[in-house]
Amino acid sequence: MLAKAQKAVFSAKIRKESKEMSDHQLTELIERYFDGSMTADERTQFELLRKNDATVESRVTEHMQFIGLLKQYGERLELEKRLNAIHDEIDVHALKEEVTIHPTWVVRMWRNHHSKISVAASIAIFAILGTLFFTGKLNNHESNFEQLSQEVGRLKYKTDKLEGQANTFINNLPVKPKARPSNPGNFRGTGFALSSNGYIVTNYHVIKDADSVYVQNAAGESFHSKVIYTEPVNDIAVLQINDDAFTGLGAIPYYFKRSSTDLGENVITFGYPDGKVVFGQGALTSATGYQGDTTEYQVSIPVNPGNSGGPLLDEKGNVIGIINAKQTQIAGAAFAVKSAYLLKAIQNIPSDSLSKSLTLSTKNTLAGLSRKQQLKKLKDYVFMVKVYNQ
Amino acid sequence: MNKELKASAPTDSEIVLGILNNSEIVLKKLYTTYFPMILQLIINNNGDEDDAKDVYQEAIIVLYNKIKSGKFELSSKLKTYIYSVCRRLWLKRLSHMNRYGGDIRDFEEYLPVDEEVDDHNERDVQFGKMESALQLLGEPCKTIMEDFYIHNRSMQDICERFGYTNADNAKTQKYKCLQRLKKLFFQQK
Repeated sequence: MLAKAQKAVFSAKIRKESKEMSDHQLTELIERYFDGSMTADERTQFELLRKNDATVESRVTEHMQFIGLLKQYGERLELEKRLNAIHDEIDVHALKEEVTIHPTWVVRMWRNHHSKISVAASIAIFAILGTLFFTGKLNNHESNFEQLSQEVGRLKYKTDKLEGQANTFINNLPVKPKARPSNPGNFRGTGFALSSNGYIVTNYHVIKDADSVYVQNAAGESFHSKVIYTEPVNDIAVLQINDDAFTGLGAIPYYFKRSSTDLGENVITFGYPDGKVVFGQGALTSATGYQGDTTEYQVSIPVNPGNSGGPLLDEKGNVIGIINAKQTQIAGAAFAVKSAYLLKAIQNIPSDSLSKSLTLSTKNTLAGLSRKQQLKKLKDYVFMVKVYNQ
Repeated sequence: MNKELKASAPTDSEIVLGILNNSEIVLKKLYTTYFPMILQLIINNNGDEDDAKDVYQEAIIVLYNKIKSGKFELSSKLKTYIYSVCRRLWLKRLSHMNRYGGDIRDFEEYLPVDEEVDDHNERDVQFGKMESALQLLGEPCKTIMEDFYIHNRSMQDICERFGYTNADNAKTQKYKCLQRLKKLFFQQK
C-alpha cells in the first residue's frame, strides 16, 4: 500500500517537473525547430514528440500563431511608415483644391449665410404683408366695376357758383340766370326714347338721388323730366318729359327686341360720354354680364362714363340692350342690360304713374338703311340726361 | 461633375510584380497614382484630407497584403479595386460617426468588397491588441520582443545591447518577456 502511494507521489512530481522544465525548454525547442538551428537528429526527435504528444503539438501551433501575429504587426508598422513617408511627399493641399467640387456661388452663399438670408426674407415678407394689410390692398379685389355716369366735379360747380356770386358782388350788376342748356348738371348719362310722347329710358344709377332731371336732345334743347319708375335691380329707370316746350317726337324708328341675341352680332351704341353725341361700334362677346350676370350682355365696344343708359342696337337697328357699365380691369369689356328686362320693366310700371299711354313702336324703320342714315335718324331719339342734386 | 483625374498610371501587372518584389518605387507610384481619386471621394463626401489619408492607406495595406499573400487575381482594374475598398471603408466610418446621410457621391465604378474589408478590420483588431500589450509590457521587454521577433536580431546582439553577462540570462529574460506578452495579449477582450 505504502509503496504504491509513494510511487504515485513520485510520478506526479516527475510530471510536474517535466512540465515546468518543458515550458521554457519547449519554447526554445520550438524556436530552434523553426529557425533551422536543430541537428537532423534533434529534428526527428522533436517531430516524433509533436506527433505523440497533443499538448506539445497545440503549444507549437499556438506559439507559431502568436509569433506570426507579432511579426505581421511589425510588418504592418513598417509598411505604414513607408506609406507615411510617401504620403509626406504629396502636396495634399494643392490636390485638395483640384479635386474639391466647388458648389456654385448661390449654394455657397446659401450655406454660409442661410440664417441671415432667412431672417431677411421673413422680415421682407412681414413688411410686405403688413403694408398690404394696412393699405387695405389685401382685401379681395374683384375687378372694379365702373358705372358709366359721369360726375362733373361738384367742386368745379361750386367754384363756378362762388365766382358768379363774387362777380355779382363786385360788379353790383343783376346777373341773368344762366341759360339752362349751358348748365352741365352734376351727373350726366344717356337716355333714349321709348315712345314718341316723351317716355325715355336710362339707367337707374344715372338718376339715383336726383333732385331734378333734364334731358337734352342733339339740337341742344333741354326739357325738364320726371322719374316715373325705377328698377334698381336691373339698373333701369323710366323718365317722362313734362316740359311745356316739348312737342313730341316723330315715330320711334327702332324696335325692342324680345328674344336674346347671338354672340358675334355687330352692335352699335350712341351716347353722350362727354357732352356731345358719340357713336360706338363693336360686337356682342358674351351672353352673360359681369360675373355671369344673366340679365346682361357683355359687349366689346368703346364706352366711357356718360354712355350709361345709351341704347345698344344690332345691325338691323333693333334695340337689344341698354349700356350700363364697363369693367375697368378688362380692356374693351362693357355691359348692357338685356332688352327683355327693359320690356319687363315697362310692363311693371304701375298704370297710375303713366299720365299718357306708353306704346312701344312695333315697326323698325332703320332696317335696310346704311349705317350713316341709321345714325342720322337715331340721333333725334337719344338724349343727354342731366341730373341736378345739391 | 466628375473630374477626370490625369495621371500617368503604371500598368496593373507592373504594380503587382513590383509589390511582390518589394519595390519601393512601384509602391510609391501606386500610392501617388490613386491618391487624388480617393481624396476626391472623401473630400466630397463629408471628409477631410486626414480621413482620406487614413482610408487610402488602409486600402493600400489591404491590397498590399492581398498581393503578398498571393491571393490577388487581376480580375478587375486595380483602380476599381482600390476605389471600392476605400468607398466601403469610408461608408463604415461615416455610419460609425453618424455622419452618413444615406447618400454618397460616387466618382468611379465599384465592386462589392465587403469580405476583404471585414477580414482587414478583424486583423486590425488583433494588431490593436498587440500594440497595447506591447505598451503594457514596458521596457526592456518591449524592445527585446521587437528586436528578436520583428527585426530578427540574434540573441548575441540583444545580449550586447542590453548588457547581459551571458546569452543564457538573455534567453531566460526573453522567455519571461514572451510569457508576459502572451498573458497581456490574451487578457484583453
